[in-house]
Amino acid sequence: MIVELGHFALVLALLVSIATAVLPIWGERTGNRRYLAVAGPGSVIQFVLVSISFVALTWAYLGSDFSVRNVYENSHTDQPMIYRFSGVWGNHEGSILLWVLILVLFGACVAAFGRSVPATLRALTIAIQSSITAAFLLFILFTSNPFARMDPVPLEGRSLNPILQDFGLAIHPPLLYIGYVGFSIVFSFAAAALIIGRIDAAFARIVRPWILIAWATLTAGIAMGSYWAYYELGWGGFWFWDPVENASLMPWLSGTALLHSAIVMERRDALKIWTILLAVLTFSLSLLGTFLVRSGVLTSVHSFASDPARGVFILIILCAFIGGALALFAARGPQLAGGALFSPISREGSLVLNNLFLSAACAAVFIGTLYPLALEALTEAKISVGPPFFNATFIPLTLPLVLAMPFGQQLAWKRGALLPILTRLFVAILAGFVVAALVAGFVQGAPVVTILGIALGVFVVVGSLDDLRIRASRGGSGAFFSRLFGLPKSIIAAAFAHMGVGLMVIGIAATGFHEEKIASMAPGETLTVGRFELSFDGLQRQPGPNYIATSGTFTVREGGRVVAELHPGKRTYIGKSMPTSETGRHTSGLGQVYLAIGDTHGTRTDVRAYWKPWVLLIWLGPLVMTLAGLYSMFDRRLRVAAPHRAKAVLAAGAAE
Amino acid sequence: MTRARVLFLLVVIGLSQPVAALSPSEQLKDPAQEARARDISAELRCLVCQNQSIDDSDADLAKDLRRLVRERIAAGDSNSAVKDYLVTRYGEFVLLKPMFNIQNALLWLLPFLILGVGIVAARRLFSGESIAPVAAIRAELTEEEKAELERLTTDKS
Repeated sequence: MIVELGHFALVLALLVSIATAVLPIWGERTGNRRYLAVAGPGSVIQFVLVSISFVALTWAYLGSDFSVRNVYENSHTDQPMIYRFSGVWGNHEGSILLWVLILVLFGACVAAFGRSVPATLRALTIAIQSSITAAFLLFILFTSNPFARMDPVPLEGRSLNPILQDFGLAIHPPLLYIGYVGFSIVFSFAAAALIIGRIDAAFARIVRPWILIAWATLTAGIAMGSYWAYYELGWGGFWFWDPVENASLMPWLSGTALLHSAIVMERRDALKIWTILLAVLTFSLSLLGTFLVRSGVLTSVHSFASDPARGVFILIILCAFIGGALALFAARGPQLAGGALFSPISREGSLVLNNLFLSAACAAVFIGTLYPLALEALTEAKISVGPPFFNATFIPLTLPLVLAMPFGQQLAWKRGALLPILTRLFVAILAGFVVAALVAGFVQGAPVVTILGIALGVFVVVGSLDDLRIRASRGGSGAFFSRLFGLPKSIIAAAFAHMGVGLMVIGIAATGFHEEKIASMAPGETLTVGRFELSFDGLQRQPGPNYIATSGTFTVREGGRVVAELHPGKRTYIGKSMPTSETGRHTSGLGQVYLAIGDTHGTRTDVRAYWKPWVLLIWLGPLVMTLAGLYSMFDRRLRVAAPHRAKAVLAAGAAE
Repeated sequence: MTRARVLFLLVVIGLSQPVAALSPSEQLKDPAQEARARDISAELRCLVCQNQSIDDSDADLAKDLRRLVRERIAAGDSNSAVKDYLVTRYGEFVLLKPMFNIQNALLWLLPFLILGVGIVAARRLFSGESIAPVAAIRAELTEEEKAELERLTTDKS
């Protein structure tokens, strides 16, 4: 009954979303305000209906209702409660439902918190968002219905894929989707503004908080996925340039470019065409990623045929929305010209540079991901594009950008000069050189690339934060701290976000210091990695709730003192033949001792041990970036209710 | 769902498993040769896997390829000779870093071409039109105004 209710709510949501997509646009064309007013309530009703549907599916999962095919295929009564819950989005149908839930959540948020947005723009934004929702609801109802029943009802489910039964992966998809799908609302804002034909600096200020929330959560989602791959896969890598990873990186790169170009649009009324185009492209890349992942086209051109309906459906959605937006863009684009001109050496110039390099880096990922597909389709030649290709193209395209970051923060608007900045960045440059010298002096045989990378990271960290000191000491020496704490939140956020990039660069560069030992060990033997001594105490078999684990016991000693006991192992889930790996990790400072075990031959077990100094910076950096992005949303200029209050004060003043 | 999706496919297809790949018994005695073998392995695709190098994969084929790479190195082949040998046996598909040739020229050059075109396009935003008028306006200013302008434009950001 509840399951049918969920299904029914989804059908109702489709009808409401179509109405909310059509009526406001009709209202705008004919000047009928009553039709425009449909948008607000329409978006809230969609959110309520899709929520009911999502709760119904969750209900079926928590209660292990195996009459629902989706639950039968992805759940099991032995599964711990949290993985029965995360199983809701651990499959195609459920995760698309989560996608739609986030779509309507953003639509409802515009209705609820977008009071400072002009009424027409708000209504049309919701209308566009509703049309995306309608398209995806059609997709769910026709190709991926999570509420399909089965008869006879099986007694037991087939259980969630073991590799997904992990806390990190339970929360990774929702985070990633908020970011991925969050850019839909930015797209909707851009399309609505194109329909209305008014695109100015105010528009950039209106969309900024929405760009920030999508960008910050996408950053967190990608970092989360990377950390999960690091600790779960047992190879100790953090980024594999896997097509599916690339699908999430592309919207991040173009979203980061958008975040920066919108600043120029807001402050100087320039780069308008480009900013709108980026808003369209970013969500298009999100859609493209969804298409690539869902259709299976990435696995091989041939597996496309394994589920043509889904792939073709998303392809149609993709073409309709990108095509529609670009057509609108072509129609309105010529009216968008203008805006202030500036010198190449200026804040605007540096933000343009940022956009050029981010776009080129995004293009490298795009081409690297799709070229093999295109080549095979056209010439039948098969090539592989893997990590070595991306390292050879992506890194040269992003390094100059990282190097330029502290300069960009210092440059004046309109027209600046580099020389004074060099002297202002003296502290940061010096810090970079000192650290490079220390590393070269103290670490024997450190690779040059690693030293340069760490120096670059230190330069960026110090340079970004030093920006705050420089700004606060302007205008005399007194009241430094009150000026420091009085700096606009967006300035503080930018400094910290850039520092996050620097931290990540240090973490990535430090992978050059990673030590790896591969050995075959018998109980009682020891292995040294870094300054740690690992002794192997033996193997045990332990039953878990729905798996059997084989795990080793290792005692970790540092300078003769026991600091940790690690239990790397393998788990074989009931009903699945494939074992999953569980790594053992001991954190020391920002570094980790990392242990994975392989096959056992007689009494000897294959062991992979690593000492990874500073490795945590790789994820700490993005965490700082995420928090900075969220903090920036509280900047006064962006406070959604601020203009309201100002108006209220004006009204009160007029009444006196 | 990034890695998850691919791993989901991996598990369904049953080609590979996420457990330590290279085992100690496969390694060469000479550390320098072994290091070369690892570098080469990281650039070779496990042909039956999803985007995994032979160094990372636990598939039997990857194991065979790792052995082959080490045999060639022990026989005295250079790094590129080892890769050429594998390409003649398995085709270009085995290389994770595609060769730079006519077929792949666009793959390698397009990102940098896009950057170049972008830089040329961005020049329209700059100088030429903007600096000239500014210079003209400057010429009309009095010395006092110029000094004031200088002070205003250099200090602030």
